[in-house]
Amino acid sequence: MDVFISGLLEAISLLLNLDPYVTNIIFVSMRVSGIALIIATLVGVPLGAFLGLAKFPGKHFAIALLYTGMGLPPVVVGLFVFVLLSSAGPLGSLEWLFTPYAIIVAQSIIAFPLVAGFTMTAVMGVDKTLLLQLEALGATKKQALWATIKEARLGVLVAVIAGFGTIISEVGAVMLVGGNIAGRTRVLTSAIVLETRQGNFGIAMSFGIILLTITFIVNFVMLLFQRKKLIGSD
Amino acid sequence: MKKLVFAVLVSTFFLVGCSPSDEAALTLATTTSTDDSGLLDELLPIFEEETGHQVDVIAVGTGQALEIGRRGDADILLVHAKELEKEFVENGYGTERFTVMYNDYIFLGPVEDVANVKDSSNVDEGLSKIYQAGQNNETNFNSRGDNSGTHNKEKSLWEYYDFNAEGKNWYNSLGQGMGDTLIASNEMGAYTLTDRGTFLSMKDKLENLQIVLEGDDLLHNPYGIIPVNPNKFSNVNSEAAQELVEFFIREDIQDMIGEYGIENFGQPLFFPNAY
Repeated sequence: MDVFISGLLEAISLLLNLDPYVTNIIFVSMRVSGIALIIATLVGVPLGAFLGLAKFPGKHFAIALLYTGMGLPPVVVGLFVFVLLSSAGPLGSLEWLFTPYAIIVAQSIIAFPLVAGFTMTAVMGVDKTLLLQLEALGATKKQALWATIKEARLGVLVAVIAGFGTIISEVGAVMLVGGNIAGRTRVLTSAIVLETRQGNFGIAMSFGIILLTITFIVNFVMLLFQRKKLIGSD
Repeated sequence: MKKLVFAVLVSTFFLVGCSPSDEAALTLATTTSTDDSGLLDELLPIFEEETGHQVDVIAVGTGQALEIGRRGDADILLVHAKELEKEFVENGYGTERFTVMYNDYIFLGPVEDVANVKDSSNVDEGLSKIYQAGQNNETNFNSRGDNSGTHNKEKSLWEYYDFNAEGKNWYNSLGQGMGDTLIASNEMGAYTLTDRGTFLSMKDKLENLQIVLEGDDLLHNPYGIIPVNPNKFSNVNSEAAQELVEFFIREDIQDMIGEYGIENFGQPLFFPNAY
């Protein structure tokens, strides 16, 4: 219990004093996961919308694949990206391994199925008569798609937030492909692992508190939007 | 049927959990790297055969091994942290420190050896070449950065020669174990410090790395064996512990230590120095 209390106190002082080691790690985490999320959104939202609306042979198979992707073990994605970017691998010449780029690649792959899956669900939930109306009014396919996404925007937002919550709190892939290099690829989760192993519970706990805070905000916002949607007052 | 399966599972669990206690067992606390080398697997069966004492090996970090000794939870320690070992004996937790053997640290670098470290005659020169090449943005140095024995050794070498490497943009602090650090260095073509054993055991996976500096006295890593003090802990098996000390410093066993590794790696992992 003493460890817990002293750790908590140390954590608070580190946060209040904006310790450069701590702020750098927060910055790297947010930047890397933020970029990965943008990529995952650009890929995931159109893909999810397409799967939610289009009819094509093998659609069920595609959806099954996507659901599998939503449950991808991050550490397996990390391994895959490691082999891909390793100097002996097919993309070795990029020299991305153990740089933030490698983490962005891995996190984009982890997040995009989630974004696509939740988007698909949201789009499927849009009233079917809307599409018929739009087509009757002579809307093009593109316009109809856009209107549907707009209608499902809250669900899409929840999809994006869910993707972010997953990658900011992931540790296995980040360690494998980023290498946990201080000041460059060390993020909140890998810093927690390192500091805990060394018995620096105070620093580890401040990272834990930051991570919990981020996750809480993410979930709170998600809940807020979902409630709005349920009440239907947007 | 379900009940039967459940009963079988529970009883199996129970049986696995309870191993027969052995009165004559000797508990040896050592470090993971010593255990990983496989040396003990070769020597201890001989000891068990000769004396009838079964040896239980607990492999942990150096700090934890000493802590286990301080709590009287082991009969004898085999570790490599000379200063801490001396302290351990001075504080009455151990009876005496016996030197057994040493292994050594080596500097690795990329096969191109951009910093020309291979041409240096000692650690001082080697470090200054790495430092210069780093400052010229020609190369990187990877540090374990995890407060391990190897990491502390590396820090002490930079400090010893007044190089301020930490925090430089070419100095990567990885915060990972030796194996992970070697894999990263191999990928990045960076210089790093490692113990020889880990390098030899992973050598075939490290195509882009080579030994660039070795053999300096500063790179020795001495091992000591210390019986835990029976006057402090009455439960300690001091008789068997003393027998193990005598076993390790015996001439034929010392010879075996010096030969270990030649067969697998073409060079020994340890150098005996009990005499």
